[in-house]
Amino acid sequence: MSDQKFKVTIDNITVEVAPGTTILNAARMIGGDVTPPAMCYYSKLEGSGGKCRTCLVEVSKGSEKDPRPMPKLVASCRTTVMDGMEVKNITSDKVLDARKGVVEMLLVNHPLDCPVCDQAGECHLQDLSYEHGASTTRYEFDRRTFEKEDLGDYISLHMTRCILCYRCVYTAEQLTQKREHGVLDRGDHAAISTLLGKSLDNEFIGNVIDVCPVGALTDKTFRFKNRVWFTKPVDAHCDCKTCGGKARLWMRGDEVYRVTARKDQWGEVEEWICNDCRFHKKSAKDWVIEGPSKISRHSVISQGHYVGVKKQPVYIDKVIGKDPKMLLDIHTVSDVNRPEVELSKIAGPAHSDDFKNTGK
Amino acid sequence: MKLLLEHAHVEGIRYYDAYRKNGGYRSVEKAFKMTPEEIVEEVKKSGLRGRGGAGFPTGMKWSFLAKPEGVPRHLVCNADESEPGTFKDRYLMEFLPHLLIEGLIVSSFALGSNMTYIYIRGEYAWIVDILEQAIAEAKNNGWLGKNILNSGFDCEIYVQRGGGAYICGEETALIESLEGKRGNPRIKPPFPAIQGVWMRPTVVNNVETLAAVVPIINNGGEEYAKIGVGRSTGTKLLSVCGNVKKPGIYEIDMTQTVEEFIFSDEYCGGIANGKKLKACIPGGSSVPILPANLTLKTAKGEARYMNYESLSDGGFATGSMMGSGGFIVLDEDQCVVRHTMTLARFYNHESCGQCSPCREGTGWMYKILKNIEYGKGKLSDIDLLWDIQRKIEGNTICPLGDAAAWPVAAAIRHFRDEFEWHVNNPDEAQNRNFGLAHYADPIHIPAGA
Repeated sequence: MSDQKFKVTIDNITVEVAPGTTILNAARMIGGDVTPPAMCYYSKLEGSGGKCRTCLVEVSKGSEKDPRPMPKLVASCRTTVMDGMEVKNITSDKVLDARKGVVEMLLVNHPLDCPVCDQAGECHLQDLSYEHGASTTRYEFDRRTFEKEDLGDYISLHMTRCILCYRCVYTAEQLTQKREHGVLDRGDHAAISTLLGKSLDNEFIGNVIDVCPVGALTDKTFRFKNRVWFTKPVDAHCDCKTCGGKARLWMRGDEVYRVTARKDQWGEVEEWICNDCRFHKKSAKDWVIEGPSKISRHSVISQGHYVGVKKQPVYIDKVIGKDPKMLLDIHTVSDVNRPEVELSKIAGPAHSDDFKNTGK
Repeated sequence: MKLLLEHAHVEGIRYYDAYRKNGGYRSVEKAFKMTPEEIVEEVKKSGLRGRGGAGFPTGMKWSFLAKPEGVPRHLVCNADESEPGTFKDRYLMEFLPHLLIEGLIVSSFALGSNMTYIYIRGEYAWIVDILEQAIAEAKNNGWLGKNILNSGFDCEIYVQRGGGAYICGEETALIESLEGKRGNPRIKPPFPAIQGVWMRPTVVNNVETLAAVVPIINNGGEEYAKIGVGRSTGTKLLSVCGNVKKPGIYEIDMTQTVEEFIFSDEYCGGIANGKKLKACIPGGSSVPILPANLTLKTAKGEARYMNYESLSDGGFATGSMMGSGGFIVLDEDQCVVRHTMTLARFYNHESCGQCSPCREGTGWMYKILKNIEYGKGKLSDIDLLWDIQRKIEGNTICPLGDAAAWPVAAAIRHFRDEFEWHVNNPDEAQNRNFGLAHYADPIHIPAGA
């Protein structure tokens, strides 16, 4: 049974996965555009997922045995694959429409204060709304607000930005000895809060900052000190007894501005780090620097770094019926900038007529 | 036709002695001579459908229950009746608590549940006392506890009060709440029949469903299936409220037409104060509202009957649902916009806040409806409302999202001109209601809807 593989087809790309894999993880094996976005699912946290609904996909064929399609869109992060399952993500208009709706809902009460938000530049919601959201909002009412709550010396809670993904709750539950915060109240006034204003100071609690997809939980020792895209991420390690000591330093010059855990390509923490490493070792002397971190070239953090740009695998021919994003050939739409025109042969400044006459 | 409420008016029926004298606990005696499988088979034959709202066949639900060796199973009675307009379970538990206890004992025996829970909504505080007294009486008379009727079967019933959240009426949220956690619905699968309370196989049934097991065992499943029509077998309790002459609890055998039910003296007795029928919500606040013409007749022009199939005839375009049996009648003086706003406020307040479309969408819909109702609306708001409800429906974990979207969708679908009138005549709208206006004529139904 153990080496049995299930065949699952996502957007016409077939992949073989182990039984029990979720659709989202199967899609991550393929990578690229067919991977649904996930705001609440965190593969390292048990029980997470299913809440944000951004990863909704259409199951057009249940399995080989039972080929009926599923009646509703399903949350791909919590639905396990069946043998012969066929899933539509970006090839389904229904999914794209629903996802657009979910992004709009997530932004209904999310303040658009990215210019003053510490998470800007590494915010999952920013990426999500850039990719799937509408350019304007249809919401004309006051956004919900909360009374400010102090969570202690290390972690700052900005409840208005919270999208209630419950990741931090699961983190505290599964990583620390005692969970001191949770979700109070319900509906659109549900809030991350502690009982009677306790502060969060458990060992490892700092990881809630890393799992937070938005700027609701931020590092008080880094707050307002710098923008993330001005700092340079480097991988480093130290001989920490509590955690593995493998961390990522965010430096500007020789100064360590911030310490976070290392994150993989899906923005998930690879190894949890302890509070001591995160909040107290703010000097380059505390660390052995390994080298620059790998950051996705699409991220604003990697601006100006074009080393080792590798082309992503594109499956355009397989993803039928969908034009790939951002693959317009500039030469087909513009009269200027034609490579066959030798600019040095033109006398004086080039004019668009010069290109028209020679090219076609 | 009365099965559940047959002895409801006998004096002292709330107490054990009177209940036993009127044939109470006969079904337990009969059931303990049968095997559990036979009881499940009997319920399957009866065609009983869940009375909580979804109408899922109870016998089938029972047969899905996983039975791993050495793992206890549980039966949970869902008495968290919080749907606006529904109050049938309250009546049943308040006046016939022993009927529920009796149904619970039989069902527990059929499902092999030694620990059975009644999860009751917190607001029904006085009913908790009634139920606990009934449980104590049953226990004193040997119907509960260890080795019931020398069958070797042990059963205890516990009453658990909820904290007053509508969402805890959803079965997985109820289970979470019963375990002492925050009442957030779980993601299915796994279904409660596999992993329910404390990860053990669990069946969650409505109060009325479990009470209906008593006449099924007493009279036999086939006999029960003869009552009613088609796949709507047996009797159904309806709680009628709104602008009718005689609101209250009615037990019907699902063969009446809606017209007969609303206007005959035997049931609701017509619309109060000589007004006219404007609209009707046949199954509790979350099912689609129907205008008068579609309430009495289906889109095909046939009479509409009070049963699961006929009420949902025409789908969501021209039909509604039987739901939980909260029959709400609106007369010509009622404002559909205000009514929809009230419902939207309710769902906004009761959304658990777990998944984003429902958490944010319900509040958004309520704010827009409030604007329209108080004269600050725009015509584009109506289209926006339609779009929001479309984005919520079907995209949430539990059916609360659907329940919040359907009433808004149906109100716009059937009463769009009233919404537009509200927007265009804001001053008038606040002083005077829209009245019957154009709803005397059947609305145009597009082909293929």
